[in-house]
Amino acid sequence: MPGTVSIRRRVTDWTTYVLCLACVVFAIGILVIIVSSSVQHALPAFQGSGVGLFTRAEPLPCSYAPGGIPCNDFGGIEPVLEGTFYLMVLASAIAIPIGVLAGVFLSEYGRNPLGRTLSFLVDVLAGVPSIVVGLFIFSVVLWWQPTIVYSVISGGLALAVIMLPVVVRTTEESLKLVPQSTREAALALGIPRYRSILQIILPNGAGALVTGALLAVARAGGESAPLLLLELQPRIGFTGWTHSIVPIPLLVYLWGFTEPNANWQADAWAAAVTLIGIMLALSLCARFLLKRRLPGSGM
Amino acid sequence: MATIHTFPDSDVKLTVDHVSAYYGKTKAIKDVSFQVPTNAATAIIGPSGCGKSTLIRCLNRMHEVTPDARAEGKVLLDGVNIYTRDPSEVRYRIGMVFQKPNPFPTMSIYKNVCAGLRLNGVRNRGVLDEAVIRALKQAALWDEVKEQIHRPGAHLSGGQQQRLCIARALAVQPEVLLMDEPCSALDPIATAKIEQLIRDLKGQYTIVIVTHNMQQAARVADYTAFMYLGELVEFGPTAAMFETPKETLTEQYLTGRFG
Amino acid sequence: MIPSPPTPRPRRRPGLRRALEWVFAGGTGALAVLSALVFVAILAVMVHNSYPTILHYGPGFITGTVWDPVTDVYTGAYPFILGTLVTSAIALLLGVPISLGIAIFLSERVRGWIATTAAAGVELLAAIPSVVYGLWAFVVLVPFMRTSVEPALHTWLGGVPGLGTLFPATHSGTDVLTAGIILSVMLIPTVSAVSRESMAQVPGAQREAALALGATHWETTRTAVLPYARTGILGAIILGLGRALGETMAVLMTIGNSDAVPTSLFSQGQSIASAIANEFTNASPKEASALVEAAVLLMGITVLVNVIARLMVRGLFRAPEVRA
Repeated sequence: MPGTVSIRRRVTDWTTYVLCLACVVFAIGILVIIVSSSVQHALPAFQGSGVGLFTRAEPLPCSYAPGGIPCNDFGGIEPVLEGTFYLMVLASAIAIPIGVLAGVFLSEYGRNPLGRTLSFLVDVLAGVPSIVVGLFIFSVVLWWQPTIVYSVISGGLALAVIMLPVVVRTTEESLKLVPQSTREAALALGIPRYRSILQIILPNGAGALVTGALLAVARAGGESAPLLLLELQPRIGFTGWTHSIVPIPLLVYLWGFTEPNANWQADAWAAAVTLIGIMLALSLCARFLLKRRLPGSGM
Repeated sequence: MATIHTFPDSDVKLTVDHVSAYYGKTKAIKDVSFQVPTNAATAIIGPSGCGKSTLIRCLNRMHEVTPDARAEGKVLLDGVNIYTRDPSEVRYRIGMVFQKPNPFPTMSIYKNVCAGLRLNGVRNRGVLDEAVIRALKQAALWDEVKEQIHRPGAHLSGGQQQRLCIARALAVQPEVLLMDEPCSALDPIATAKIEQLIRDLKGQYTIVIVTHNMQQAARVADYTAFMYLGELVEFGPTAAMFETPKETLTEQYLTGRFG
Repeated sequence: MIPSPPTPRPRRRPGLRRALEWVFAGGTGALAVLSALVFVAILAVMVHNSYPTILHYGPGFITGTVWDPVTDVYTGAYPFILGTLVTSAIALLLGVPISLGIAIFLSERVRGWIATTAAAGVELLAAIPSVVYGLWAFVVLVPFMRTSVEPALHTWLGGVPGLGTLFPATHSGTDVLTAGIILSVMLIPTVSAVSRESMAQVPGAQREAALALGATHWETTRTAVLPYARTGILGAIILGLGRALGETMAVLMTIGNSDAVPTSLFSQGQSIASAIANEFTNASPKEASALVEAAVLLMGITVLVNVIARLMVRGLFRAPEVRA
């Protein structure tokens, strides 16, 4: 009968609904599984060391063989928290200023073929796999200053390269959103162009800039692949800018994948849970800022 | 053949001398010349697309801000060609109010008004305070916002925002105030307030106003320029021009033969 | 009329101001050029360092199958290339349908807070760092594959002629299949989010037109939304491919790390990225050079894929509009 929906069509509609729903359930289910599984594996470490997990250094090596040091000390991951901090500070100190200023140029002076080419090349950089970035920094530092190939400096450089396109892109996009009428108003008041950019346009886009910085930090903070090439393990903890260092993600790999001691592995899971927590916090901050549209100068 | 009224040199503030303006290859303004008298209001009228907005933007070098746009000819401010001076300096002395009010969205009313002064190096709080109050009073906005000058300007109505922009332009005490269809985005009551403002200000400032509303020109302007398709057709005292236009085109426009 | 005192004139002299303008424009411009040149520098350095290998092996590098650090003989990166392609293919095969299902569900079938909460949940998958995916896959997924999934696959499909060779009897859990599976999970947030955005750009009028003709929700999606958004969706898929190709840690921890050419889904193998991560630190100069050449290959493919993906998502090849 024309005008009615046949049973077959209705069944198809319902089936596709269920299938799609199943996909969503699957994805969220996997998320729950991974997070709860990680917490579960990390539990012995949390129970064993409590808050000390974040203040103490690595546990004593232990052995399951009789007569060896028993494996009931979980120690802590404080050295890698330190390590992450130093690494990220260095990477941010390089990538954020360069990225913001480059983004300013591309938005304010770069709306022409040259600017578009530069912007394109920065986009391309974002697609380079992080392990290749590690390889690149390794080669360059080896040629320039071989003694610091395995160091905070080289690791920081690699992470800065990874962060740079994110910062440039977000800065450029957010400044482009500032309406042309604001620029004209500033120029018509006799304000020099560079001042209008620095003191009127940039503050206007400040919220998005901070978001971009957070996103870049989140991106680099989870990276471990380039650091496999640029840090000598298993030495952890900060002993100097020219010495090797291990941030949280690298520890997850080292103690989770290559370390036979069960308590060290539990620590690795604890580090993993901590890392997820940090990533979540950064994500939420970024999303919160985007919604609130943090005002620039003004009040 | 255009009919252009001229003035004795002592009464002239701006001289437009054979100005042409281009957007890329298109010639939007063709060889326009006239004089703008001091401390009076001069209107530029004409149908859509005649080049009046382009012309006024040439008077403070805003035209060249548009990509691919350029101007030829001279514009003399007190005898000096603005195209040979630093553009920021020119725009500091020749202020502009735009069609759509554009207060700086993240700044308070106070900061909006003194933005021009502050960003040109004036730091003295006393000087800034005094300038803000004076400008807001001149723009007839002071009474309405004096309780909230440190709140953002975005909450104001359209008419108030435009008066805020006028105050902002007046705070730097320009010699000339250019207004590009300042009332076209506003309701009739706000329009009437701004027209009154222009009448009050014109004894003290040289005002040039672009308008698509010839009755508005009749209400506020002492002199009027009529443009058509990029050319200046007629320029003279408003009352005389409206009653007895000397060019046929002018008469046709004024009597509504074309829009 | 309010009398006004003389205006304070701007302080700086025009010459100084002009100089500052140039310094600012020039300074920011230099940094923009620097940022753009980083990629060029990476390409240049990589090619330079692998030049001897490139000259020595020529195009045979892509097909050479021997990679033996023990005897220091490397005839080509084919094992790694195959490993990369197979894991990425599995990742797409498994991940794309699920991502599309999510995108369709969240964009077309639910509204309001359910949609936003579920979308946020899926996005949280992106917040998990790849090393955590890798560790979880190694500790949880691999045993699961070894004891439950792979024996089952072998039982059901091992006997099928042709296809059966993909599922042999020996299965350790750390193989290309597992690597592909964890990659597919990692793809989901990206592919579903970008597909959703593409679908969101379809004008409501198109959907209403279909619904008004009596179409069911699914039929509306199928005929009005998906065709319109198809370039964006394709772009999303290619973007996901780009991520899978370059992923290192998760693959490293699940693929079994063997330099031999994988012959079945249960074979150990390497992807180019995991091979670099595994071998480079202890590589002989010959192997190092070969690894860098493999890196150049990887970078070339990944960059190309990413560029195409971005062009499609930006809508440069828009779906044609119907003019009535």
